[in-house]
Amino acid sequence: MEKMSRVTTALGNSAISGRTMFCHLDAPANAISVCRDATQVVVAGRNIFKIYALEEEQFVEKLNLRVGRKPSLNFSCADVMWHQMEENLLATAATNGAVVTWNLGKPSRNKQDQLFTEHKRTVNKVCFHPTEVYMLLSGSQDGFMKCFDLRKKESVSTFSGQSESVRDVQFSMKDYFTFAASFENGNVQLWDIRRPDRYERMFTAHTGPVFCCDWHPDDRGWLATGGRDKMVKVWDMTTNRAKEIYCVQTIASVARVKWRPERKFHLATCSMMVDHNIYVWDVRRPFIPFATFEEHKDVTTGIVWRHQHDPHFLLSGSKDSTLYQHMFKDATRPVDKANPEGLCFGLFGDLAFAAKESLISSDANRKPYPGGDRRYPIFFFKKPDPTEQFAHVSSALSVFETDLDSNRMDWFVKTAQLYLLCGKPFAELCDHNAKVAQELKRPQVSKTWTMLRIMFSDPANLTTPGLNHNLSKLGTMPLMNSFNMKEMSSGMGTESRLERSKGESRQDNIHLEPGNSHASNNNEENEETEGSEGQAEYMFCDAELDDDDLYSMENDNQAEEPEYTLPQEAFQLRHEIIDNPSAPEHLQQDKADSPHVSGNEAEVTCLTPIESFSLISISQPLFSPHLPASFFCPIVREMLTYYAEQGDVQMAVSVLIVLGDRIRKEIDDLTQEHWYMSYIDLLQRFELWNVSNEVIKLSTCSAITCLNQASTTLHINCSNCKRPMSNKGWICDRCHQCASVCAVCHHVVKGLFVWCQGCSHGGHLEHIMNWLKSSAHCPAGCGHLCEYT
Amino acid sequence: MASNPAAGFTCHANGESTPGRGSSSGRSRRYRCESESDVGPTDKSLARLCSRDEEERAAALEELSRGVLLCLELDRSGSAQLSKQTLLLLLRLSRSCPLQGVRERATELLRTAEEQGVEVPRALASGPSSFIPAKEILKQGLDQDILIESFLSLGRVDHITMVMALHPAYLSCFLRTQHALLEMDGPLPRHWRHYIAVMAAARHQCSYQVQQHSAGFLEAGGEESWLSGLEHAPTKLRSLQTLNKLLAHRPWLITQQHIQELVCPGAEPRWSFAELIHAVVLMAHAHSLCSFVWGCSINPEPDHIGGYTFQLPSPSHLPRCPHSPAHEDGRQELVDGVMEVEVLMQRMVALQQQEEECTQEEMVTRFERERSESIPTAVVRGAPPDLVLRLVEEPEFRYEDFAPKGEQSPPTMRAQDYSWEDHGFSLVNRLLPDMGQLLDEKFQVVSNLTYNRMAMHDGVDTHTLRKALWNYIHCLYGIRYDDYDYGSVNVLLERSLKVFVKTMACHPEQTTARIYHAFWRHFRHSEKVHANLIVMEARLQAALLYTLRAITHYMR
Repeated sequence: MEKMSRVTTALGNSAISGRTMFCHLDAPANAISVCRDATQVVVAGRNIFKIYALEEEQFVEKLNLRVGRKPSLNFSCADVMWHQMEENLLATAATNGAVVTWNLGKPSRNKQDQLFTEHKRTVNKVCFHPTEVYMLLSGSQDGFMKCFDLRKKESVSTFSGQSESVRDVQFSMKDYFTFAASFENGNVQLWDIRRPDRYERMFTAHTGPVFCCDWHPDDRGWLATGGRDKMVKVWDMTTNRAKEIYCVQTIASVARVKWRPERKFHLATCSMMVDHNIYVWDVRRPFIPFATFEEHKDVTTGIVWRHQHDPHFLLSGSKDSTLYQHMFKDATRPVDKANPEGLCFGLFGDLAFAAKESLISSDANRKPYPGGDRRYPIFFFKKPDPTEQFAHVSSALSVFETDLDSNRMDWFVKTAQLYLLCGKPFAELCDHNAKVAQELKRPQVSKTWTMLRIMFSDPANLTTPGLNHNLSKLGTMPLMNSFNMKEMSSGMGTESRLERSKGESRQDNIHLEPGNSHASNNNEENEETEGSEGQAEYMFCDAELDDDDLYSMENDNQAEEPEYTLPQEAFQLRHEIIDNPSAPEHLQQDKADSPHVSGNEAEVTCLTPIESFSLISISQPLFSPHLPASFFCPIVREMLTYYAEQGDVQMAVSVLIVLGDRIRKEIDDLTQEHWYMSYIDLLQRFELWNVSNEVIKLSTCSAITCLNQASTTLHINCSNCKRPMSNKGWICDRCHQCASVCAVCHHVVKGLFVWCQGCSHGGHLEHIMNWLKSSAHCPAGCGHLCEYT
Repeated sequence: MASNPAAGFTCHANGESTPGRGSSSGRSRRYRCESESDVGPTDKSLARLCSRDEEERAAALEELSRGVLLCLELDRSGSAQLSKQTLLLLLRLSRSCPLQGVRERATELLRTAEEQGVEVPRALASGPSSFIPAKEILKQGLDQDILIESFLSLGRVDHITMVMALHPAYLSCFLRTQHALLEMDGPLPRHWRHYIAVMAAARHQCSYQVQQHSAGFLEAGGEESWLSGLEHAPTKLRSLQTLNKLLAHRPWLITQQHIQELVCPGAEPRWSFAELIHAVVLMAHAHSLCSFVWGCSINPEPDHIGGYTFQLPSPSHLPRCPHSPAHEDGRQELVDGVMEVEVLMQRMVALQQQEEECTQEEMVTRFERERSESIPTAVVRGAPPDLVLRLVEEPEFRYEDFAPKGEQSPPTMRAQDYSWEDHGFSLVNRLLPDMGQLLDEKFQVVSNLTYNRMAMHDGVDTHTLRKALWNYIHCLYGIRYDDYDYGSVNVLLERSLKVFVKTMACHPEQTTARIYHAFWRHFRHSEKVHANLIVMEARLQAALLYTLRAITHYMR
């Protein structure tokens, strides 16, 4: 309330208005400054010193202060400042070391008032005292700061920084006697204007020069500094040691920094090199600028907020010889272009996901907003100015660890080993495989095998009498029977559960909707904290709304903004994905509005019961003994493709082999070959040589079967001379000795030669077999305990 | 380290007859010898000699001397010869290695070789610089830590380093920068860097640097043919020629067009910004180092062409020790010199106190006067050696005096508009991280370097004098400081000093002993070297500022 009234008085009846506009200057600007009532701006540079009036639609040149045929170096300005109390008073810092004051009230053309030439080197900065009319401070390259009383001819006090180059000096807005000075060596000093002998406090703020500093207009303890090291830092000076409370990393050295009026956490920066843009930062969100002005074509040298209580107008001068007025609403918002969510896979299958906290947590845990409906209408026309919303953006980073076990692919190895692919009747193979899958906790796969058996077995067996018959026949396999039963009942169960959960989720949706839509345009915390007082305020505003649109918007923002507390962007602790069908209850809950929660196997498995159920429920009524097996082929084909796409090529190939001719023609050879190759490759990587060979053998693709015909030759070396035996297998060309002699009968072995891999002795297969029946030791007498398997 | 080389030597000689070695056949010895003289012990054993492990170094030294002695032994029978390379290595080690043990051993070996009748090279120069007596430079001794460090990391202590060692604070950051430029990670391949340095040094006919970087170029795997002429180098390197030429002599002419030609997307071959900055810093570094080499008249290294001779020393050939004119011109001169120092001191004090007001006009005039003052730098030298000439295009392109009151003179650059601290640093640091930091450090060291003494006086604040020197050089390059009164340049810098500074900064190849000895006659040599350093760094900064400004303009 209080603030609001102040705003009214400050802006007075002449509310500032205007648009984004610019004008060409004749020369590059070095600095700009505005007069107190925000109607005029002074531009100073090496070859320019002019005053422009800010009109509704354009800049109008009011006065050229650079007079004389050959203006002296005193006109070559490094900095300029318009007095904030006395509207006729200006001060400039000249590159030749002069400090000049100008009195616009002078009748003559030359408005120069006072000239101080006490500095030996370039003066980098001049600063008027915010409340004292006659007090002026300057900081120079020679390392001195001087305080001038404009009623006297020379400085009243000199402060020595004891180092090269003062880059900036700023009077504190709140403490009458205090000023801050920043230095080329990275230090910042605080001085008491009454004590020129020694600084009150000094600290190192940056590495390399500190180009600028700015006191917070409202908070007396805050000082922002910007340096060549590309950082903007906000210091809390109220404590004993200056404490860095915020730090913004920009992309280029920071030449100027200015707090934004009426916005506690906002400041504007521009750079001295390379980067021509002006950025407005919310210091609490240091990674992305709140707003950017991209109009300038060369480096921006001066920025100033047009009015000390109006956050919507920013003026800037640049080396490209233009003077701009930027409207805040026309600023670029980098955050709009930024990617709001991030997703990344780790090396071991971990998944990191960052998104707005509200997105992640509100769905599952947050209750719908209580009383949302009641307040909604009030907010409806009181919606805060969207351009001023730098939304509540703490992101949550979730890291989903894959379970180590699931990574291990044990199931793959076990499955490969235990599956039966041939050698039994079709139905038995299916049942066996289904059982294997069930034991490995892969119900979907298991069901699939069962389904396949049902589909492709002789249809007659599956009619009701057939089933009975089947049961009686297979009575020795009670497992299968109960399995069937269980499957049915679980299917029924799922149905009802599905129904129920649907109902729930629908309800959930209803609950969530208002909350959600709400969250999208505001943040809930904020609303909650406001309480009833907020409402009263809005009611109050309502009355005045008609008079002054801008005013109410204004008000709204002010009430709103300082109140929300924004946590630093933080990371939540990681939690696991549990790769296990029974675990993900939250998935079921989430399903209502986030069907994309995860794409990994967990989802597949948890959805299985539903799927298989529906399959049955659809097919059951249609099922009649008349349906030929080929009726299912398209479905099975789709299913195989599905498995292959999911990465479970094992299933695809196993089914392919087990079904054999029943399905083979439905799938084109190339795809089959592809699946086979992938599966064989996988098997070989897991060193399942036997299984891989079996698969190769059972495959019907010519390209696959011929794999086993390649490189079947084994080259051996002579046991005497260790050279390869090229010609015949039993006699060495070089040493003319018979290499492979049977250790038992001492004859040359010309047929099958078996040898121990431990001691490399061997002989005729028969002889060795016989020998090892009676003795455990090597027949050659080497003492090795040979094994024959 | 073998602290007693003589003992080490004997011990080694005995080792010849120990069973292990003695049993080895003559054939194997010859084999060893051949391999030594073919490959030369230089590269391999030098690398080991520079090891930071003392034992390793000792072992390498043993091996080196063993190899040499073996060769000598065989030489008696005339079958093998010590290669020239080896001899030059020994010569260099004996003269400039900061490790005493190595130095003495190398001397010993050379002497032994000579006694065996081998033609042994002799260094022509008596010290690192022909202007400064060797004893003056080596006053501190060769075994300063910084020199040892430099030997261990670079494999040699060259003459430049030895002269700079008069100012160790500067030397350490100079070496760091140079090492980063030539050896550390960077966008340009190593042999290119040396070649660029060769190109740059050739502009000032600095055969010292040309030879040194040629060696570095070959060592880094460069192709030898490139050194026989620019036309053998890749076009991309040759496209640097214009920039090299301007940077060396008239950097104020560099515009964004020059940059554009090299980096714009259509340019073929195209330079990236990082490469370009690297090349620019390399060139500017080499150019300014030329100033130093000429300004101190650095002698060729013992293993450079012109640095050694195989002839026997003859009395006429003894390098004449250069004398300072004070010796020759007698007492009167001496008294004058003392007076000069006194006057200079008084002026400095006066300047620091004076509160003279002068008009804008006057200030500009003073700047212009300094800039265009004609300082004769006339000595024309004989044609530069062919070695250098074939690496230069347009050798006649030189620094040109600004026209007095210049109508057609190029605009001055205002230091306030583009300074190293505010602009240059950020750009370099952005494009070539670390380099900005290193250069910044070097500039700071050189601008703060002072021992608070002048000639025979102690406790003097030399700031104004140093500032005047620095600004005078920038003035010669057309950079003007608004806040500096160029009248003080005239007051503080006597004419002979100006002649020296201008010659060094603008026509370094024309520096003569007379010019060197004519200024600051009562100052120490180390103070003159200090002046040299200031000239060198100021020149480097000026050249960099112009180029960086052009790059900035191109980038915007």
